[in-house]
Amino acid sequence: MRPARVRRVRKAASALPAAASALPASSSARITLLLLIALAAAVTPADLVAQVRSDASVQIELEGRLMPGDPVGPKQNRNSASVAVRPELELDWAGGDQLFTFEGFLRLDAADSRRTHMDLRVLSWELIRPSWELRLGLRRVFWGVTESQHLVDIINQTDLVENPDGEDKLGQPMLNLALIRSWGTVDVFLMPFFRERTFPGADGRLRLQPPVVTGRAEFENGAGSGHLDWAVRWFHTVGIWDIGVSHFHGTGREPTFRPELGPEGPTALIPVYAVLDQTSLDVQATMSAWLWKLEAATRSGPAGRHAAFTGGFEYTLGTAFGTPADLGLLAEYSWDSRGRDATSLFQNDVFLGTRLALNDVQSTQLLAGGIVDLDTGSLRLELEASRRLADDWSMELEVRLFGGASPDEPLWAFRRDDYLQLSLVRYF
Amino acid sequence: MQTMAKDSRWSRLRPAAGPWERWLLIAWMVAVALLFARNLAAQEVQAVVGTAVAGARAGADYADGAGEGSPAARALSAEERGLEIAVEADRRDSGFSDFTAELDMILRNRHGQQSTRRMRTRTLEVEADGDKSLVIFDHPRDVEGTAFLTFSHPTGNDDQWLYLPALKRVKRISTSNKSGPFMGSEFSYEDISSQEVEEYTYRYLRDEVLDGTEAFVVEQVPVDRNSGYSRQIVWRDREHYRQLKVEFYDRKGELLKTLTWHGYQQYLGQYWRADEMRMVNHQTGKSTVLDWRDYEFGTGLTARDFDRNSLKRVR
Repeated sequence: MRPARVRRVRKAASALPAAASALPASSSARITLLLLIALAAAVTPADLVAQVRSDASVQIELEGRLMPGDPVGPKQNRNSASVAVRPELELDWAGGDQLFTFEGFLRLDAADSRRTHMDLRVLSWELIRPSWELRLGLRRVFWGVTESQHLVDIINQTDLVENPDGEDKLGQPMLNLALIRSWGTVDVFLMPFFRERTFPGADGRLRLQPPVVTGRAEFENGAGSGHLDWAVRWFHTVGIWDIGVSHFHGTGREPTFRPELGPEGPTALIPVYAVLDQTSLDVQATMSAWLWKLEAATRSGPAGRHAAFTGGFEYTLGTAFGTPADLGLLAEYSWDSRGRDATSLFQNDVFLGTRLALNDVQSTQLLAGGIVDLDTGSLRLELEASRRLADDWSMELEVRLFGGASPDEPLWAFRRDDYLQLSLVRYF
Repeated sequence: MQTMAKDSRWSRLRPAAGPWERWLLIAWMVAVALLFARNLAAQEVQAVVGTAVAGARAGADYADGAGEGSPAARALSAEERGLEIAVEADRRDSGFSDFTAELDMILRNRHGQQSTRRMRTRTLEVEADGDKSLVIFDHPRDVEGTAFLTFSHPTGNDDQWLYLPALKRVKRISTSNKSGPFMGSEFSYEDISSQEVEEYTYRYLRDEVLDGTEAFVVEQVPVDRNSGYSRQIVWRDREHYRQLKVEFYDRKGELLKTLTWHGYQQYLGQYWRADEMRMVNHQTGKSTVLDWRDYEFGTGLTARDFDRNSLKRVR
């Protein structure tokens, strides 16, 4: 283990408290940090601390959201502007065998008070050994292979107020032991603290009607912060196959909703979380220009057992149209045994998408796609594009359109929330 | 539905005209299907023409150079001699176990505008298979922490994983598109990937003095039909079997790029690595320079430094 780069050498003693002072006043985060520092200090002989390598950076993003449609609810705002800050610090010592990682997040949003939020995405310590790795702290873990939906990805809670696509995740406190063997890697996770999903506030857009109230969540069958969640995952690569098999037991990350009734009908939706078991499989076969992908999961909770899958392909055409560009075609089908009672939007849906990478100096990329609900005919169209403007500037464009939803669908709430979002990112 | 009256013109479009998004989706699907069909057809034609042209030109080159071959070379067929040189070059560069290095990739367009990428590489030699390598980006900042892990294989496609730090996601990606540019540069994926003897068929052309250095000139034709080249002409110095220059010919048989190596240095008393590699694209006028530094051999890397777990903590 001798990573080639030495950037800035600092004393660990000065860098760690600096990271600690940047923390929010969340008790679980504090406990985790203290545990982390104590453990790191206990495991690390003093002479190894002498050579700490550090790498710090900050990312600042300006974002504007343009919403041409009139809001459905009276309190909901129109356009919005916001600023996000993402500080990062990484330290490693003992020749790279121990690492400390911090990734913070703060957003200030002009239109939605709930979207003004902060999070510790990562605050973690890692110990690397030849046949195992130990990771402790707030971390982010991604499982899965498909693009339209991340069915098996269950470790982290979704930061839904950040983006309706659900790709943004909250840091999850965990103890993770990875056993690395010739027959694959086995990851064991213990997760003592549950984190509630974030939702747009009453004045925000892209939300359900009436709004979801966070902070008053209800828990069934022992779910919640007191429940010790655990998960086991095996993953391996054999030839063209990348395979993962996982089991999760704990508080489900996806809530159902209980409407709270006022004199004139429902005034709020209260999220309800329950303990569930999820067993899942994710497979990718890489065959030349074709990537075949499948994610399947079965869950059992208080509402019984159900199954769901997402499967499809991505085909990439290189040097398309005599230019250096790559053109990819994506198609995926999603199914859920609960049918239209499913908590996800992907109960019988087809996703078709095009990925275009221009392979130019600015790394211009574009992903455009549509998801059609075969039961209801409703449609979601989306476009995501990014381009580098200079060495430390880049921009992103995002467009989402919601069409054809009928009043008995969840998507009906978004019917006038078509938006165009432009963000400018500066790296320091 | 009563709220319709209050709607702006924008949102009234949909209920009145039906889901116009659906027509947009259908139109776009048809367009994509047509583009794919057109492109696939064009590629087939190019491949067929390219091979024929390359074969003819290679024959001509050989005829020019045959008379100058050394007596030792004449005892072998041109193909055997070409292969022999490739095998010997590979043998001399074997046994390094592992190395790490840093590099700047400087892209220039025809107007002289410049843009730089900074990256680190780690390579592990694997017995009886292709090398494992890791490329980690440090610059520009929007791709910082992005990493490519590649298991190359002497025959068939390489295995490659891409790590996206923002999503904490490791993606297995297709490696069949070898001719695509690497990070917008004039180097394609096949130019920067580990070179294995089995990836080409060879034909010794002649001996030649290149900039005062005695060199073998060998033509190599990629075995993989996904390669972006119909053939390459390689100059290796006779003393150390180091590559000095390569001319790359595109699928139409036209000269596309020239790569030259500069400032060779020897490591561990055996392994030669150049401080600089210059790639010039003759068709676009663009060029890319690789500035290498901090080569370290035998750093004790193991297969564990090239697995999916290690990919996530390369920063």
